[in-house]
Amino acid sequence: MTSLAALIRRDIVVALRAGGGAMIGVLFFVSVVVVMPFALGPDLALLKRIGPAILWLGAMLASLLTLDRLFTADQEDGSLDLIVMSRTPLELSCAAKALAHWLAAGVPLIVATPLIGILLNLDATATFAVALTLLVGTPALTFTGMIGAALAVTLRRGGLLLAVVVLPLSIPVLIFGVAASNAAVEGAMPFGTPFSILCALSLVSLVVGPFAAAASLRHGLD
Amino acid sequence: MPLLASLGPYASFIVTSYLLVGLVVAALIVWVGLDFRRQKQILRDLEASGVTRRSAQPPGKSS
Amino acid sequence: MSLIDLANPTRFLALTARVLPWLAAITTVLLAIGLYQAAMAPDDYQQGATVKIMFIHVPNAWLSMFVWGIMSVEALGTLVWRHPLADVAAKAAAPLGAAFTFLALVTGSLWGRPMWGTYWEWDARLTSVLILFLMYLGIMALWRAVEDPSRAARAAAILTLVGAINIPIIKFSVDWWNTLHQGASVIRAGGPSMDRAFLVPLLIMAVAFSLLFLTLHLAAMRNEVLRRRVRTLQMMQASRQAA
Repeated sequence: MTSLAALIRRDIVVALRAGGGAMIGVLFFVSVVVVMPFALGPDLALLKRIGPAILWLGAMLASLLTLDRLFTADQEDGSLDLIVMSRTPLELSCAAKALAHWLAAGVPLIVATPLIGILLNLDATATFAVALTLLVGTPALTFTGMIGAALAVTLRRGGLLLAVVVLPLSIPVLIFGVAASNAAVEGAMPFGTPFSILCALSLVSLVVGPFAAAASLRHGLD
Repeated sequence: MPLLASLGPYASFIVTSYLLVGLVVAALIVWVGLDFRRQKQILRDLEASGVTRRSAQPPGKSS
Repeated sequence: MSLIDLANPTRFLALTARVLPWLAAITTVLLAIGLYQAAMAPDDYQQGATVKIMFIHVPNAWLSMFVWGIMSVEALGTLVWRHPLADVAAKAAAPLGAAFTFLALVTGSLWGRPMWGTYWEWDARLTSVLILFLMYLGIMALWRAVEDPSRAARAAAILTLVGAINIPIIKFSVDWWNTLHQGASVIRAGGPSMDRAFLVPLLIMAVAFSLLFLTLHLAAMRNEVLRRRVRTLQMMQASRQAA
């Protein structure tokens, strides 16, 4: 098994364990989405209209929370130093960790979406559209958030700084994710336009994220 | 003032904008100036208590 | 004097001591001229006298982007060319950029109130500037969060460059989002091609504000160099007392 595959497998296994953070991420997502109607009122028509936005906001906040542990867990037990010093390019290691994080923490969110969609009175088309945009967009959230996680790895209250830094960078993903979902439901514009931009944003983040995160780790740990 | 009168019904907005910009710019200038004086003062105090940088010491003296 | 000479902090201090008074004087003169021109400018046929706010809003908005550009160059200086003063420059620039961005937001809001009827409109340009303001605050938070100045400098440099890549993306996304959600509520200043009566005060103010930034930037860099000396000396003093 190559070192990258081993890294991915290890991260997924750790994340899925009790203290690992993957399951608690989904729980947070569900909690946030459930709490929203208490603030907005039980008007089903309203919830149906803003349902995609609520789901996307919940996914973004849940991903911010779980990203905090992406590097800090390894830094605390010293394995981050080993990863930085190993012969595998650090950029690839960062990409592998982000992939593992997305598989363990992002995919459950997507799986949970249809169930929560019912709470928000979303029909099948809308739910499928939101799930699809989340499938394509959550990698962008993870890979962009990884930059913040790398910058904040040695800081004590790093999670808040991570959120402050990552939120502005995540706004484009949010805009196009919600727009694509709404386009699928209302049909005011072709679904393809915002969806393809969302794909493009994810692809860009797949490249920029690992490079920026690796640079941050190298500079931050010496 | 003829200028104020000629500013029209929204004169307060115009005046507030210019005053605010002036205030913030003045605050920046004051902050930079005070910071300069404070750093200079601390450096003088440190110098007086005998702590100097290596490059500021007279030649022929090793660290 | 080449850039490599400027790398020496002592020479830099000497240079700023000579240059700053002149810069400050020129800036003051230009600001005075600009203000006079702004006062003398005619009213816009649509906006009336409130067009005068444009003369301070646009330079601040332009500076908010320009300063991030300068910070990006300084970030490259820290990471790639390892110029000794690059991180000093970057740290000094961030609060200035944040201040100009804040002013752009406030003057934009005050300019918009007579026109839109509300103090805030989620129009594309103001929203992009708001996001930029948050990014400046994030950079400043990062500078203060990391204890060691050189590590903070490298972290801030990376975030600056990531931000530089993202700013066009954010601008494009917000533009797109705005046309999606509202009709065009664009600030039109004097029509498609600006009349010379408006262009002249605007350009003078733009140059004056740029020189103001340059003056403040050099002065803040000087303070930062001094602050680092203080830190070094204080550490020397502490180790001496401990010995």
